[in-house]
Amino acid sequence: MDFFLQLLIGGLSVGFVYGLSAMGFVMIFKSSSVLNFAHGELLALGGYFFLIFITVVKLPVILAFIFTLVACFITGILIERVFLRPLIGEKLIFVIMLTVGLAAMFKGIILLIWGGNLYTYPNFLPEAMGFRLGVVSIPPVYVATFGIGIFFLIIFGLFFKFSSQGIYMRSVADNQRAALSLGVNVRRVFALSWAIAALVAGMSGIVLGIINGVNVHDLSALGLKVFPVIILGGLDSIGGAIVGGLIIGLLETFTGGYISPSLRDVVPYIILVLILLIKPYGLFGLKEIERV
Amino acid sequence: MKKIQLHPCGNFNESYDRELTIFSTDFGRIWAIVGIILLLSVPLMPLSPYLIYVMNITGIAAISVIGLNLLTGFTGQISLGHGAFFGVGAYAGAILATRLNLPIFITIPAAGLITAGVGMIFGVPSGRLKGLYLTIATLAGQFIIEYVLVHWEYMTKGTMGITMPMPVFFGFTIQGDIPFYYIIFPLLALMLWIAVNLIRTRFGRAWIAIRDNDRAAEGMGIPIFPYKVFAFAVSSFYAGFAGALWAYYMGSITTEPFNLSLSVEYLAMVIIGGLGSISGSIFGAVFITVLNELLRFMTDSLMNSAIVTQLGLSLAPLREFFYGVAIVLFILFEPRGLAEVWRIVRSNFRLWPFPY
Repeated sequence: MDFFLQLLIGGLSVGFVYGLSAMGFVMIFKSSSVLNFAHGELLALGGYFFLIFITVVKLPVILAFIFTLVACFITGILIERVFLRPLIGEKLIFVIMLTVGLAAMFKGIILLIWGGNLYTYPNFLPEAMGFRLGVVSIPPVYVATFGIGIFFLIIFGLFFKFSSQGIYMRSVADNQRAALSLGVNVRRVFALSWAIAALVAGMSGIVLGIINGVNVHDLSALGLKVFPVIILGGLDSIGGAIVGGLIIGLLETFTGGYISPSLRDVVPYIILVLILLIKPYGLFGLKEIERV
Repeated sequence: MKKIQLHPCGNFNESYDRELTIFSTDFGRIWAIVGIILLLSVPLMPLSPYLIYVMNITGIAAISVIGLNLLTGFTGQISLGHGAFFGVGAYAGAILATRLNLPIFITIPAAGLITAGVGMIFGVPSGRLKGLYLTIATLAGQFIIEYVLVHWEYMTKGTMGITMPMPVFFGFTIQGDIPFYYIIFPLLALMLWIAVNLIRTRFGRAWIAIRDNDRAAEGMGIPIFPYKVFAFAVSSFYAGFAGALWAYYMGSITTEPFNLSLSVEYLAMVIIGGLGSISGSIFGAVFITVLNELLRFMTDSLMNSAIVTQLGLSLAPLREFFYGVAIVLFILFEPRGLAEVWRIVRSNFRLWPFPY
């Protein structure tokens, strides 16, 4: 029972992190239908920005956090401006390959600056944030992750529901041409969605950095874990990203705990194929998927 | 004696047969023959074994990329699992050669057929999915195949790898770069010939129709699903064929090279060469392989020159960086790839001095 509980807690916390990192991915897809293969590298960028601000510039934690988010926001805008904008209206494969190329580029730059070493942040979360559940103790990081995740979920929910930019984003996602003809500034919407996605990715990067340390290889591998999560949750549902993340996280830890540790990493992808065959729009996705 | 034809200034085809011709003038045919003779005489020139090695791996990559181009460029199905299929071919060839002691001219096509079977399984989702979703499905295929290759230890010996026997071809043991050159390039020519002609048959036409508009194609009476699965089968056959060849050439295989970045590399070759262009596949294979080798050479020489050892070590990721830059620049500035550049250069010469 203890083992079960331990796996349950572990799975939920890992899953929450998956969900958190999938949120940025969904943001981009929701407004511009672009699958971002460079998402793992965006996560890594966030982690390294925070590393700079906290160890090199030696800012206080809160300031470092804010500065990181701002830096990520600007990076997102730049990516859209320089690379994605010329491709509006181009074929899907070019957009996908562009993000693949971006991933290689970013990974190269990061490796060039920091190398493949593992960096850890100084410990700044208060011990009191963690708590015990029977024999299982929950470290403060996971509590913080949970808090941040819920916070952003609510913020995004409200943003898409009520803010004008959020409504523009939804309209562009729904029908780009109609939105354009009604006077929505589609370019700004794209730029904003990339910026917000990079911001969310940067934040997940920080969280992951606190949990496992910052390493570009690990973080970019995590960027690929996002695919099963969002397919399960639905490609364009932010809440679905969290739920999908939790389910995939639980599945992974339970397979790892009860069946075989080596099967752990491939289970999400087997699930992915099954979902695609049975319910391609996922649990919460828009059902308007193009079938053959 | 046939009259030697020259190119007209424009497209004046009067029948479908004329549009389908490969060599529209005898001029091209002559150059093709010259090219083949040049290629065959390459090993006779005083070149370093390293250059022959680079040509060989380019040739193998080109076979694999032709397959991916048939699937992605002509049928419009983006696949991120081609590297895994290449690996399946390599392992199928290695297992057939070590367990059953089959000769090389059976193992290579057999490996292709086995991979085609595997490819058809992963092509089944294409019956229900298209676009992004199919791309993700092939990505899942990549990871699942990788897992099976590492963990099916009874067959693949896991991370230990398999050492290949020396291939014997009609009593001759093939060893070294130059004999392999004479195996790889005729096979490349054969596969090229098959691909070019496949595109001219009803299958190729149907693939192009599906790529351009699958609903219209269905309306024209093309059964989409069988043709898509067939495209997956043919594409995987090419990958498996190249993979088995690669296994023989390398002498031993492990599971490491067949990862996602190999799949991405193949897709990059297709895009840089030119989507939907068979000759583009070869341009792309040459470009990426030469780029890889140049960057490796650069980083190696930087590392070996004693002054910048530390700098050189940290320059190793430059390879990855330039690789990404090449993809991005091609997509932004010449999305139709090197094949289009080549076409422009050629037509400039052909139409000179008239600028139209």
